[in-house]
Amino acid sequence: MPKELWKGNEAIAEAAVRAGLEAYFGYPITPQTEILEYLSRRLPELGRAFVQAESELGAINMVYGAACAGVRVMSSSSSPGVSLMMEGLSYIAGTEIPAVLVNVMRGGPGLGNIAPAQADYNQAVRGGGHGDYPRIVLAPASVQEAIDLMALSFDLAEKYRMITMMILDGSVGQMMEPAEMPAMQEVHRKNFEWATNGAMNRERRILSSIYLNPLDEEQTNLRLLRRWQEVQNNEVRYKEYFLDDAEIIVIGFGTAGRVALSAVREARALGIKVGLFRPITVSPFPFEALSQLTGQARAFLVTEMNMGQMLDDVLLAVRGRVPVEFYGRPGGVVPFHDEILDEIQRIHTAPIASPLGTTVHTNPRESWLTRMTQRA
Amino acid sequence: MTTPNLVYERPEAFTEMPTHYCPGCTHGVAHRLVAEVLEEMKIIDRTIGVAPVGCAVFAYNYFDTDFVEAPHGRAPAMATGIKRVLPDRVVFTYQGDGDLASIGMGEIVHAAARGENITVIFINNANFGMTGGQMAPTTLPGMKTTSSPNGRDVETQGYPIKVSEMLSTLEGVGYCVRRSLHDPKNIRLAKKAIRTAFETQVRGLGFSMVELLSTCPTNWGITPVNSLKFVEEHMVPAYPLGDYKISDAIKQIKI
Repeated sequence: MPKELWKGNEAIAEAAVRAGLEAYFGYPITPQTEILEYLSRRLPELGRAFVQAESELGAINMVYGAACAGVRVMSSSSSPGVSLMMEGLSYIAGTEIPAVLVNVMRGGPGLGNIAPAQADYNQAVRGGGHGDYPRIVLAPASVQEAIDLMALSFDLAEKYRMITMMILDGSVGQMMEPAEMPAMQEVHRKNFEWATNGAMNRERRILSSIYLNPLDEEQTNLRLLRRWQEVQNNEVRYKEYFLDDAEIIVIGFGTAGRVALSAVREARALGIKVGLFRPITVSPFPFEALSQLTGQARAFLVTEMNMGQMLDDVLLAVRGRVPVEFYGRPGGVVPFHDEILDEIQRIHTAPIASPLGTTVHTNPRESWLTRMTQRA
Repeated sequence: MTTPNLVYERPEAFTEMPTHYCPGCTHGVAHRLVAEVLEEMKIIDRTIGVAPVGCAVFAYNYFDTDFVEAPHGRAPAMATGIKRVLPDRVVFTYQGDGDLASIGMGEIVHAAARGENITVIFINNANFGMTGGQMAPTTLPGMKTTSSPNGRDVETQGYPIKVSEMLSTLEGVGYCVRRSLHDPKNIRLAKKAIRTAFETQVRGLGFSMVELLSTCPTNWGITPVNSLKFVEEHMVPAYPLGDYKISDAIKQIKI
């Protein structure tokens, strides 16, 4: 297919339709509302289900119901709305059924603002809802990547009977870029052996997240964890840029990673051996790939549009073997490439005094906060 | 095998599982009426039930149909999701007054307003049964519960919500009636209403709900017999029985 100019949110909606989306339930909230608006015309013209719900609580529970019926279903929202959906996500996880949720993140906490942010990383990656459950989280950095990850989201959700969340900051949702749409897939309703779609010529089925006997719930938790191990073994995705001889490795996801790539290119032009590692699955997080990079890197620089959430995962991967620095712009601020370039140069010209092979004790979040405070 | 004098047997739509309900509770009666209707209409194999959170949380154990178990109050939203992707199936929720009239008020009102083609069985026993008898939105003024120990004081705890009256104002509602389970005559009327509600759904005539005044002897702290009297003497005057909305098309249905 030729490239066309697509707005991120509409591209996500159309990509979902082409991946066989049968039902969408949502609620307006900036900066994701175009997904809802687009699907409010697109799905009915295809004879598929669309409901503007009374709230995000309503929307996620409609998703829950349709997911129990075994169809491809999704919702989308933005940060405050996703908080409301956490109840439903926990139930969906406990019921072990597939569902897809897109979070076009904005500045917070609270009502915050409607500017692009990445502050819901922890909520998405650590779970957000109650109980102990894993979930897959994908983080696209461009309109094209969001399109490409949409079909994958459904495939992964169905393969592992798990929630797949796509988290992108508001800028990816709002910007227009040339992108290529995949071909339309036919709706193919899979005959899942668990779906509650009417007990015709078969034993009846029950779908619930209730396990009153703690020993049964424990087994369920362990089953979820074993399934998660499979996800960790098979589904880790990331992109590497200029890493071959990189001594400084920048790590960023989504838009923060994309801005960092510009900074890395400029630093390369200045002769600095720097590369970029951009996780695409932030859950499962690419711990192993990052761990291996500690062998070649002199320092890591984590860039995020928050106060350092993925930073904790990087620190877990690095385990003190290499100094880790952090640069974040929280609250709905998108960093400029020259800010990240300054950070790269700072690390390059004033190397952190910790030889390889020893444990690093500096706290990158605290030193970043000090620099931010001095700058203000 | 049928015996000539058999007047009572387990409906086909029931599993073999004995219910967990307290002695004298009318949940069992309400369950049986739904089961009889599903059997009579021959829709057991295309019905999907949505269980609530509350005493009926285990409803899925008793009905021999596909079933899902909703978060507290969200059954109408889940039912919406199911019905919209499986429009040829029969979808019903079974909810208590804590579930439907308190935490789930948003979901039920909007499902009704959208005219979702689902059936709601609404059990009104004037308290939160499962958690041990706390005040519900339906608790009568002056009625003692574990969270209104001196009796519901309308000055500070507000007034009961009359759900059937409220929902009947919505255009999307096809069928909305209140019945009671306190004596055989009313139980027969309740069954007829439940049948009409399911008929409303299979004919695509909009949202249908039957509110059933029910007993809760354990949490009311009175005997099953006195509980039935309490419904008749106190609940019925506060929650008048009747047809709050029956659309013209539904009036034509002959059962």
